Amino acid sequence: MPHPILCVDDSASIRQMVTFALQSAGYSAVAAVDGLDALSKLNGAPFSLIITDLNMPNLDGISMIRQVRTLSDYAGVPIVMLTTESDEARKQEGKAAGATGWLVKPFDPAKLRAVVAKLVGPA
Amino acid sequence: MSLLDATQTFLDEARDLLEQLEAALLDLEARPDDAALINTTFRALHTLKGSGAMFGPAEMAAFAHHLEDTFELVRQGRVPLGPRLVGVFLRAGDHLRRLLFTPGVEHEAETLHLLAALRELTGAAPESVPAATPLAPEAQPDMRQVMINLRLPPTALAFGTNPLALIDELRGLGDCLVTPLTGAVPDLDRLDPAQLSMHWQMTLTTAADRAAIEDVFIFVDEPGVVSITEIAPAMPEAPARPRAPVDEAPAAAPRDAATAEPADSQVRVSAARLDTLLGQVGELVIAQARLTALAHHRHDAALSSIVEEVERLSADLRDSAMDMRMLPIDQLFSRYRRVVRDLADSLKKDIQLVLSGEETELDKTVLDRLGDPLVHIIRNAIDHGIETPEAREAAGKPRRGTLRLCARQSGGEMIITIEDDGAGLDRGRIRAKALAAGIVGPEEELTPGQIDQLIFHPGLSTAQAVSSLSGRGVGMDVVKRTITDLQGSIEIASEPGRGTRITLRLPLTLAIIEGLQVAIGATMCILPVASVEECVELAQVETGTSSGRNFVDIRGTMVPLLWTDRIFGTARSGSVVAVLETEGGKTGVVVDQVIGQHQTVIKPLSPLHRCVPGLAGATILGDGSVALILDVPALARCQTLPPAPARQPGASLPHVA
Repeated sequence: MPHPILCVDDSASIRQMVTFALQSAGYSAVAAVDGLDALSKLNGAPFSLIITDLNMPNLDGISMIRQVRTLSDYAGVPIVMLTTESDEARKQEGKAAGATGWLVKPFDPAKLRAVVAKLVGPA
Repeated sequence: MSLLDATQTFLDEARDLLEQLEAALLDLEARPDDAALINTTFRALHTLKGSGAMFGPAEMAAFAHHLEDTFELVRQGRVPLGPRLVGVFLRAGDHLRRLLFTPGVEHEAETLHLLAALRELTGAAPESVPAATPLAPEAQPDMRQVMINLRLPPTALAFGTNPLALIDELRGLGDCLVTPLTGAVPDLDRLDPAQLSMHWQMTLTTAADRAAIEDVFIFVDEPGVVSITEIAPAMPEAPARPRAPVDEAPAAAPRDAATAEPADSQVRVSAARLDTLLGQVGELVIAQARLTALAHHRHDAALSSIVEEVERLSADLRDSAMDMRMLPIDQLFSRYRRVVRDLADSLKKDIQLVLSGEETELDKTVLDRLGDPLVHIIRNAIDHGIETPEAREAAGKPRRGTLRLCARQSGGEMIITIEDDGAGLDRGRIRAKALAAGIVGPEEELTPGQIDQLIFHPGLSTAQAVSSLSGRGVGMDVVKRTITDLQGSIEIASEPGRGTRITLRLPLTLAIIEGLQVAIGATMCILPVASVEECVELAQVETGTSSGRNFVDIRGTMVPLLWTDRIFGTARSGSVVAVLETEGGKTGVVVDQVIGQHQTVIKPLSPLHRCVPGLAGATILGDGSVALILDVPALARCQTLPPAPARQPGASLPHVA
């Protein structure tokens, strides 16, 4: 049984959609409303994956990713950016900050589950 | 919770966002440079676009996308946010609300009107919304071969990419040959295990379309990281799989020739063509050795990895080519049935021939040259070994004598035994003959084994009468020389009244041997590794001289030293003794330096040099120079002869073209 998955998004509907898609596939999911909330939810607890929006109030996704990558607890933990950004430079910025990959909103729940299975294994 | 719930959540959320948008825009009218307000506005539009694309009507998401793109220009400071633009955005917010909450009504006219107004105010034509078109599936159900290069950045592991998972997933798509490229991996002391320094090259045979392959690399699919190249489109049949043996019951209807062909079909090829092939493979092995030597000097990891691959391939090719020359020894054995029958008939003997190991394979050259010596040994066994039925009966043995021919493979050697249940060697008569011929002195004490060895001495024939078949002056000495020429050895064991066994040991092939490269003066020489027992420093061992010959003390055993200067007429030098086991006992060849072991492709010497004693052939080294293959038994024989005074002191080792 993999560790929980952290879903970070300031949009309640997206948070709900992502956690629902994951929970219906048998994963456990924890939601955070922005980067700061995400860091407090992490706080050393084991997570097997972080799915995050980029454009968020308080602490944006890329800054959050950069901070997570300074924490040895989360070295090697995949971080997937889930966002509507279509700007290639922004995408590269995210990757340089330490993101594993990139999923574009709108997303197909089945595809999200396939990607999660690929990154953390089956539930 | 369900998708419907999420949609309801989105509608609630959108209502909030639209209110935030309106409030922010109204505030912006008073403070158009407030960055926090601009960000709030932008984020509201951004989320409406993103979430709207999932849960809202498509027109609404598309319109929000246009608004976001336009507002991005404001955010970047490229377009000033004047009161008119704020006014258009306010109206656009109202329009978003309509698009969301009153679906099914015609909104397109207003959408176009607002977009035109935005264009007019910003001077920029918002690009058309990138349609979320599903990836068009390529209609390519056929098997294809695709080459994939995976070159992940060094941070990939730390950033959560698992290359093994990617490769495993790719392997799920079909047959996949994965080649790790380790050229960039640093030495162990400089290796950071958290950094990825390997690359991979994969050849995938799959029915999956390109999109499916790209899907595997969804997170790493960037230029320079993954390259996917189709190398073989639509093959007629599933490639890279061993062809299934055609062993099912033949179909009732006759099939075409190709499918009716048995699985193990054969092609006849002339021996000359096989020789040519092996010659070319030999050249390749030499060229590869040169390449290896070059790569070794260059210290180039990328070159080394290719060289290793070439090395492996040429070794495989060499094995395959050698394998083609291997023939079952049955080709020889089956010939002897007739020989044994005819000879037994003419000598009025009753002999049965028992064969075993006929399927054992031997190099064609060895096989061809083995024919005559074997016939000679068999004739001797029938002529001199096995008694007449009467004599056998008198000795209490079955009337019918048995001759056993047995072949088996042991390591890199072929062992052939020829065994009869005859009278055994008549040692008394052999000794008498040897005495008469002056081979042994009258007072010399000989063990039974030493007497048996005498039959290999030139000019010793013990047959009472010269029969029509054996004893025509061609004695066992010739047999022995032939076997020795084949890099083999011959042993004899005999028990009076019980029989004689002759054992031949032969290399499986003659074309390529494992050689020990040594330097004698400025000349490179090759000694067959199979007969080298050890190498010792000359300074570390006791040497002595007895009856004009040099000996070296190897753990209590006196081993005669072989200085090649006397034979080749070079200056005497040397610091290392290579101790070789030869049939005459051990011999210590004095060399200057031991270079190392390597595959030696034996090349014949030119006719001019072939008569030089002590040389078995030549080979070409990695650097292109020629090394001589020493025939140590022949050298040892030279040593026992008095030194040739005819040799010019200045003469050097023969040069081989």
